[in-house]
Amino acid sequence: MFAFLVRRIASLFPTLVLVSMLIFGLQQLLPGDPAKILAGEDQDPQVVAYLRTKLHLDQPLPMRYAYWVGGVVRGDLGESTRNQEPVLKLIAQKLPVTAELALLAMTIALLIGIPAGIVSAVGRGGAWDYLANGFALWGLSTPNFWLGILMIMLFSVQLGWLPASGYVSPFEDLGENLRSMIMPAFVLGNAIAAVLMRHTRSAMLQVLSADYVRTARAKGLDERTVVIKHALRNALTPIITLGALELGTLLSGAVLTEQVFTIPGFGKLIVDSVFNRDYLVVQGVVLVTATAYMTLNLLADLAYFLVNPRLRY
Amino acid sequence: MSAILAPTAVAAAPIREAGPWQRAWRRLRRRRAALLGLVVVLLFILLAVFAPWIAPQDPIAASWAAIRKAPGPDHWFGTDDIGRDVFSRVIWGTRASLLAGVISVSISLLIGVPLGMAAGFLGGGVDAVISRVTDAFLACPFLILAIALAAFLGPSLTNAMIAIGVSAAPVFVRLSRGQVLSVKVEDYVEAARAVGNSPLRIALRHILPNITAPLIVQATLAIAAAVIAEASLSFLGLGQQPPAPSWGSMLNTAKNYVDNAPWMAISPGVSIFLLVLSFNLLGDGLRDAMDPRQR
Repeated sequence: MFAFLVRRIASLFPTLVLVSMLIFGLQQLLPGDPAKILAGEDQDPQVVAYLRTKLHLDQPLPMRYAYWVGGVVRGDLGESTRNQEPVLKLIAQKLPVTAELALLAMTIALLIGIPAGIVSAVGRGGAWDYLANGFALWGLSTPNFWLGILMIMLFSVQLGWLPASGYVSPFEDLGENLRSMIMPAFVLGNAIAAVLMRHTRSAMLQVLSADYVRTARAKGLDERTVVIKHALRNALTPIITLGALELGTLLSGAVLTEQVFTIPGFGKLIVDSVFNRDYLVVQGVVLVTATAYMTLNLLADLAYFLVNPRLRY
Repeated sequence: MSAILAPTAVAAAPIREAGPWQRAWRRLRRRRAALLGLVVVLLFILLAVFAPWIAPQDPIAASWAAIRKAPGPDHWFGTDDIGRDVFSRVIWGTRASLLAGVISVSISLLIGVPLGMAAGFLGGGVDAVISRVTDAFLACPFLILAIALAAFLGPSLTNAMIAIGVSAAPVFVRLSRGQVLSVKVEDYVEAARAVGNSPLRIALRHILPNITAPLIVQATLAIAAAVIAEASLSFLGLGQQPPAPSWGSMLNTAKNYVDNAPWMAISPGVSIFLLVLSFNLLGDGLRDAMDPRQR
């Protein structure tokens, strides 16, 4: 277990270095002088000169990367050119909001996706199977920002049950926080539920035809025990591995969902920074997102390891 | 007696073996959902090609006398916040979505397939470098990378297509590499090598045709993802720029009028949904028809 953990964590580093190069390289795509562009529309010569020195733009490219990555390692992602706040501080402020949204969305996705996949596999070819497959196709084909708009129309405008936008901290008012987060979380969880449903269905179909399931049935166990205890536990391994790939969808989807529901999270920060031409914040957000994505995948690998005893020996 | 002889006579007649593409087409034809997807995709292509003749009005002509009019005989899908005909904009928007879907995936294929083939075919250091760079790209969530690329390149439909194409390319690198690794050990590749074919000729004439089927399936599903990605970037203001019509930017405007002009959000959203659904149905059908493991 320990050796696996060390190997898996060690394998992250070369990828992280390349990711940092990729994100640093984004700056090279800016047309013209980065200092002038980063200085904003005013292009105050003093600000341009300050940025040129601060970002080492007068140095060769490898040196600039070394300065930048050195800062990143020390936790210095630079400053926002808009409000001079450290990028890391801005991200740290927004991260809990997106983390809550992602957690709620994943919970909803698991609560819908896994039971739907089980029902679909157990009743293969029947009405429930068609219904679940229809749901999966709907989830995969609906842009989440459109679903968000439709839900606002129904639950906020027509019925007046839920707020259309805004965010209340759970530490201020938990009930109000959940009321403001339930729609965005459902919108974000919907597409992931569809993917989880498909993975669960195919994993369950494979497991349900296995010999040990036939044996469990032959022993006279009731169907519920066979499905939940014998089949689902074994089907969980591929579901975790494939489900982990959806964490990227979760982070990407958060950008759009936060935009539709005006939630002040990570996604909104990246979009606002794009329009404010606050490129250092964009780079910082992408770096933190990629690191978070890799870490979540690592955790999924560990979960895979824990639920599959065969790997431990 | 003749009845007994008849089958022998039939068996003796030369049998024309159907090619793999014909067999795939036959299997695809049996899948009604996939055929429906294909028909809807073809309809959208017709709408995009003949948009100037089908759209009843100029998609960018504002009319201050027809601001936010509900759907009716003059404007089937209503009008938007500056009086433009939503139906005409939806039809013209088909062009942006289809173009983005097809061009972005073409970019992904052009980058991903040669790199993936080189990694799988050459192996060693080339494989290590290409695979590590691919891992780095895959470590950034697709849309976030596309947003970052589009932001640094500057907002426009062309840049959005480049951003989506580059962000989706690693999937094709991985797929082509894996396919080449499994095909290059086949006997016919060994035979081609034994008779003295150059590595380039082996890659292009003997390996590429045998990895095309999974690439087509993945490309079809990738078009669905690219259509959503373009709509997402346009929704965020990083794709098609106003006043040119695009379904994503129409939804961006529509979200400000959900209480007094809900129709503005319905038709662009339904269009994205239908187009993406059709590509997904077609992709699923193609996978079943072309992937040998599914047979």
